[in-house]
Amino acid sequence: MTNLSNEAVISALRSLYSRYGYSRYKMNKFEEYDLYARNKDFLISDSVITFTDMDGKLMALKPDVTLSIVKNTRDEPGIRKLYYNENVYRVSKGSRCFKEIMQVGLEAIGEIDEYCIYEVLKLAAESLTCTGRSCILEISHLGLLSSAIRHAGIHQEEQKQIIRCIGEKNLHELQGICQELGVSQENIDLLRRLASLYGTPEEVLPMVKALLTGIADKEELARFLRIVDALNAGKYQELIRIDFSAVSDPQYYNGFVFKGFAQGVPAAMLSGGQYDSMMRTMKRQSGAVGFAVYLDILEQYSPSRAEYDVDTLLVYDEGCTIAEIEARAKQLTGSGESILLQRQIPPGIRYRQLVTMKKGGAE
Amino acid sequence: MELLNVALPKGRLGEKVLAIFEQAGFPCPSIHETSRKLIFENEAAQVRYFWVKPSDVAIYVERGAADIGVAGKDILLEYQPDIYELLDLGIGKCKMAVAAKKDFRDDPGRTLRVATKFSNIVQSYYLSKGRDIDIIHLNGSIELAPILGLSDVIVDIVETGATLRENNLTVLEDVVPISARLIANKASYKFKNTVIDNIVRCTAALLEEPK
Repeated sequence: MTNLSNEAVISALRSLYSRYGYSRYKMNKFEEYDLYARNKDFLISDSVITFTDMDGKLMALKPDVTLSIVKNTRDEPGIRKLYYNENVYRVSKGSRCFKEIMQVGLEAIGEIDEYCIYEVLKLAAESLTCTGRSCILEISHLGLLSSAIRHAGIHQEEQKQIIRCIGEKNLHELQGICQELGVSQENIDLLRRLASLYGTPEEVLPMVKALLTGIADKEELARFLRIVDALNAGKYQELIRIDFSAVSDPQYYNGFVFKGFAQGVPAAMLSGGQYDSMMRTMKRQSGAVGFAVYLDILEQYSPSRAEYDVDTLLVYDEGCTIAEIEARAKQLTGSGESILLQRQIPPGIRYRQLVTMKKGGAE
Repeated sequence: MELLNVALPKGRLGEKVLAIFEQAGFPCPSIHETSRKLIFENEAAQVRYFWVKPSDVAIYVERGAADIGVAGKDILLEYQPDIYELLDLGIGKCKMAVAAKKDFRDDPGRTLRVATKFSNIVQSYYLSKGRDIDIIHLNGSIELAPILGLSDVIVDIVETGATLRENNLTVLEDVVPISARLIANKASYKFKNTVIDNIVRCTAALLEEPK
């Protein structure tokens, strides 16, 4: 597989989403800060660049796109399918400095049905393949996981630390916390097995079914199995893995959650899920599902520059005419090779061949 | 076959970890030879070991330079790397604790000055207790701070307590127990799942064997 440049990936993603009827959502760079202050936990980093606008309103440079889309969407019949390709401004974990990050993603908002969830998952898988790398889409379901946690008798306040342990596949700490909370060993084992499940749908789905039948909502479990089966029957079979450690904040996410990984990239480069809970906190009745592709992560781990900066470096003499230089350059780029024309060799340049031209076209 | 990159913490703890991995079926004879090499491979066991500063293991793993590694729970709590914590190896056991001069009397009415290397852990510990504190971040010789009046208390790793005793300091409260943890990069876990799963299972089985 060939690793594609970020520009090529963006173009492929935009064309993919358009082909499926998702319309481009273009938005302003700024948003009222209040939107982020009210939904701080939804943001990847809680630092936001703010400024006071001319009318005295506190504004922010967008750290996130989904919140703006939701804010500007009404409850309407049907499903609104949108994609975006926007810059967002976030603090980078390593440097603790703000960075401008190009983010591409899509959202489906409205009367979300089984097919729509399948389609978004399929597009997430397809988006990963657009990177030209070998990829994995790991799928989890927060609704099913929450059922198991509730079944274990764990209260809402303690759910967060249980979900953190599951997200880290940290079975020893999960055991300790559950024991402290007085959870039975049978239920601890259920949570431990869910946290450690990892594999293809063929390997894992029978275990999921066995573990969660009678514990999770029957229809929710059946729907999970149907959607994953449908994905697995398609051409994305190689990519799909079931992993309940793919978790997100249950305050915002509810059903399917998923993350995408590409070979050679050490962190998830795609993240998404159903966020009906977030819609409720923003007073919307509609359902929603979507994902974002983090192109900054992909770019960081793209292969280093090409071996050469340019195919041919043509160094011409002061006395060469425009016509002579043009004619020689045309000759040298006949098969689409790149050429750099200079009076002298620039420092540090790497070229495949060097051609020098003297007055009168002599070399 | 791609090798599994394993970051080992330099020092006594790392030597113990290496012994565990070797016993669990992942030996690497070249690592015991005297040389200036930095990386040691054993293709038969599918492993490539390298030594790094203990506090850097989590960074190597989070950034994918190492697929797995062994780091102290103190480092994981302080830096909160986005990794899987797959096993508690049960070695390098110690605790993080609050200590002060033996004659220290806490006055809850004033801000507590805390000297530490672990600012994030201290922040969340005292936040959970609702105590107003002033963190004094130091990089070493933390025990000096209360002796010289730089801080009221310190929060640091306590192994035997000998250093504290020799300096007339005493433990006031335990913050969190610490031990060495086997961690894995999240992407590596997907792409090298069979080999990571194998090393985790073999190591866990070895640790569970009666001593």
